[in-house]
Amino acid sequence: MKDIKELVLETIPSAVVEEKQKLTVTVESRDLHPLVATLKADPAFRFDLLMQLIGVDWGEKLGVVYLLSSSADISKEIVLITATDDRKNPLLYSVTDLYETAHLNEREVFAMFGIRFINNPDMRRFILNSDWTGFPLRKDYNADPVLNPVNLVSKEMTDIAPSIYETPQGEIKEKLTDIFEKDDYVINIGPQHPSTHGVMHFRTALDGENVKKIDVHSGYIHRGIEKLSEELTYSQILHFTDRLDYLAANINRHALCMCVEKAAEIEVPERAQYIRTIMDELTRIESHLVAWAAMCNDIGSTTAFIYGFREREVILDIFEKVCGGRLIMNHNVIGGVMFDIYPEFQKDVEAFIVQMRKALIEYHRFFSGNVIALGRMKGIGMMSKKDAISWAVTGPAGRGSGWSCDLRKYVPYALYDKVEFNEVIRTECDSFARYMNRLDEIEESCRIIEQLLPNIPEGAFATKTKPIIKLPEGQFFQRVEAARGEFGVFIESHGDKFPYRIKFRSPSMALVSIMPHICRGEKIADLIAIGGSMDYVIPCIDR
Amino acid sequence: MLLEISHPLELIKLTASLDSFLHGLLPSWAALLIEFILVGVVLLAMYAVIALILIYAERKITAFFQCRYGPNRVGKYGLIQSVADMVKILLKEIIHVDSVDKFLFYLAPFFVICASMLTFAALPFGNGLHAVDFNVGVFYLIAVSSLSIIGVLLAGWSSNNKYSMIGAMRSGAQFISYELSAGLSLLTVAVLAGSLQLSTIVADQSYVYHWNLFRGHLPAVIAFIIYLIAGHAETNRGPFDLPEAESELTAGYHTEYSGLQFGFYYLAEYLNMFIIAGIGTTMFLGGWNAIQVEGWDGFNQVMNFIPSYAWFFAKTGVLIFLSLWVRWTFPRLRIDQLLNLEWKYLLPINLVNLVIMAIIVVFGLYIK
Repeated sequence: MKDIKELVLETIPSAVVEEKQKLTVTVESRDLHPLVATLKADPAFRFDLLMQLIGVDWGEKLGVVYLLSSSADISKEIVLITATDDRKNPLLYSVTDLYETAHLNEREVFAMFGIRFINNPDMRRFILNSDWTGFPLRKDYNADPVLNPVNLVSKEMTDIAPSIYETPQGEIKEKLTDIFEKDDYVINIGPQHPSTHGVMHFRTALDGENVKKIDVHSGYIHRGIEKLSEELTYSQILHFTDRLDYLAANINRHALCMCVEKAAEIEVPERAQYIRTIMDELTRIESHLVAWAAMCNDIGSTTAFIYGFREREVILDIFEKVCGGRLIMNHNVIGGVMFDIYPEFQKDVEAFIVQMRKALIEYHRFFSGNVIALGRMKGIGMMSKKDAISWAVTGPAGRGSGWSCDLRKYVPYALYDKVEFNEVIRTECDSFARYMNRLDEIEESCRIIEQLLPNIPEGAFATKTKPIIKLPEGQFFQRVEAARGEFGVFIESHGDKFPYRIKFRSPSMALVSIMPHICRGEKIADLIAIGGSMDYVIPCIDR
Repeated sequence: MLLEISHPLELIKLTASLDSFLHGLLPSWAALLIEFILVGVVLLAMYAVIALILIYAERKITAFFQCRYGPNRVGKYGLIQSVADMVKILLKEIIHVDSVDKFLFYLAPFFVICASMLTFAALPFGNGLHAVDFNVGVFYLIAVSSLSIIGVLLAGWSSNNKYSMIGAMRSGAQFISYELSAGLSLLTVAVLAGSLQLSTIVADQSYVYHWNLFRGHLPAVIAFIIYLIAGHAETNRGPFDLPEAESELTAGYHTEYSGLQFGFYYLAEYLNMFIIAGIGTTMFLGGWNAIQVEGWDGFNQVMNFIPSYAWFFAKTGVLIFLSLWVRWTFPRLRIDQLLNLEWKYLLPINLVNLVIMAIIVVFGLYIK
């Protein structure tokens, strides 16, 4: 850690380096870009991964928190903070030239905080409409519905991107760019479409059957969870996480619970850890089954869709018996889990694993080896490792591009350091690699569960906590490996019972943001198939 | 060859006596007129009934493929589910879309429905159940069934919807390509049969080894397989359902249709499946002939007891089942893969096959 401080101070002498939960560096807005560029290029550290980009309103200042990591070892972390005190026209420098994933994230920060990023080529609001009044996540936001009435008239899409850039002389200028060319054949894939896995909206320019360009719109189910959370206690926020990536509900909730537990120094009983890990892995299997089924359905095999749901049903039944919930489980609480497992839990799960293994063989025989299926997946949607890192695409998709990015291996949490499992990595970079990765991860999850199942210790399943939990002042991060990639929680606490700012890092957002890149030049049918292989869940993006 | 007594259930007696009765009662032009109307009404009724049965069968069979129950609430085993659906679709409002080209938009479904109905006229359903017996029957079938593509293209074009447009264009490319293969494989059989008249073709296939599928050795088998693939593709059903690929184009060319107009497309899809299977039966599997094995007289008598139309529907049913099986097993092809399959594989194979068949026929090598 010594060297990195030296490197930072060498590059930017005025930087303030603090040892908080993570190493935190605060710099002036002008110094941020050079510092990030140095950190990224430095051969010893290679912070080439922008994991989180979080806007924060500190009252007199508006700023951004960056969580950087390294693709070679994603346990390396550094937090950079920069801010501006101009609330009327806040301007910061963009890092889009260093990290592609910054594009959509900076646009989201603009929509929520009004911070514009100099040199970002596309400064439209993401998630919100372009004519939205006010910036919702600012502390002085006026939420009066009169200002933003529900619109009953359909509005034309404009497809003009404003941007702000700095000339070599240091002048700041604005310009407008057209997203599409004048006579492009643009079709709207979404927001209502059978295969966008939710209300995603791809404005797609076609050249015959080939995809020429995609413009991503999102926010059709934006619920303002981050804003709502700022007025709720920590235990009240928990249920929101289930409604982000609803297919991996349990894992998201686990992340928030861990973040609060670490910050408030709450010990979690061993039994609860076992239950959490087993339930997380069951959730992962369930999520991958839906992903498999939906992808097969996208390619046109309805029968496979039903087969996938057949096995998933068994898991949902187990969930229901454990905690009453099927999709949205509300099982994790701060300090443990809400309900203990039922007596036949082990037997049920064991029986399920046997059934799952048989089903996997069936899946492979039915679909993985099918000539048409292979033709639709092999060599389609090539995502190189470099792209995956730049767009921060983690999870089975990132590992399909040969990038080892499993947080359960690098930053083990819960009981993942006690079990043996393989990180499934493929280097083919195509849809088929991502497809096979999921099926293989189901097998690995079964292995994890098998190791834990006989050894669940007796004892309490939750620590007693105070009804209202106050977190100490500070910034807290928690990263977990959700079913679609890295799910992150950021909490900034000012010592209150409410979080000052809470932010969820959505793995699906990274998956969607790379879609325009990997689909360029592919057929429109493959756009859908690639979307299936990426397996994004939209509520996770819209939050 | 066949005993009169072995045909107690044949409808030919009924039609013959009706004909003589009408002619005895009325002048011949009036009798003919009534017969024309009767045939038309019967064909129309059959058209609807077959569609209903097929829809029910597909839903039930698909359900069993997919570990489901299928319809099981309306009537015993859900038997009248498709009747209920038909009533529903008749009562449904037709939503008028403002931005469509009205004339072409409302005309398009009729092309599709008429094309498949016209085909019905020339299909030999059984002994004597054959409305029009052209001497160029095969040619007529191919010509008429290709008309439906006009309806599909018109629907896509006039809908003024980009999804429909893409669906229609795909459909055009697909239909024209696969029509070639279907036509050529039928031509191969026509060479073998030496006739384009459907009644002659059926009559020539009396014993099992006389079925065109077996009589023409390997080339006939190849022609049969290609016909099944191409025919399946012409019906726009999976894995060739690109024109309406629901995961890409929502519903393709019929996205904008509602109510009965959508019902027409729906109906035509099932009827086309039946027609393709029916032509396949007639051309390759001995048509309405019973399974007859030379020398097994007892067996032949029993088989003959089953009326000819039952044989026709049974054989057609087997082909339809094959088509369903394929549809619910394979994922969808992509447009370029689809065209590759046709132009790079099926068509060349077909052409060579045709030449081989011609050689076989010229040298009389087929089973006589």
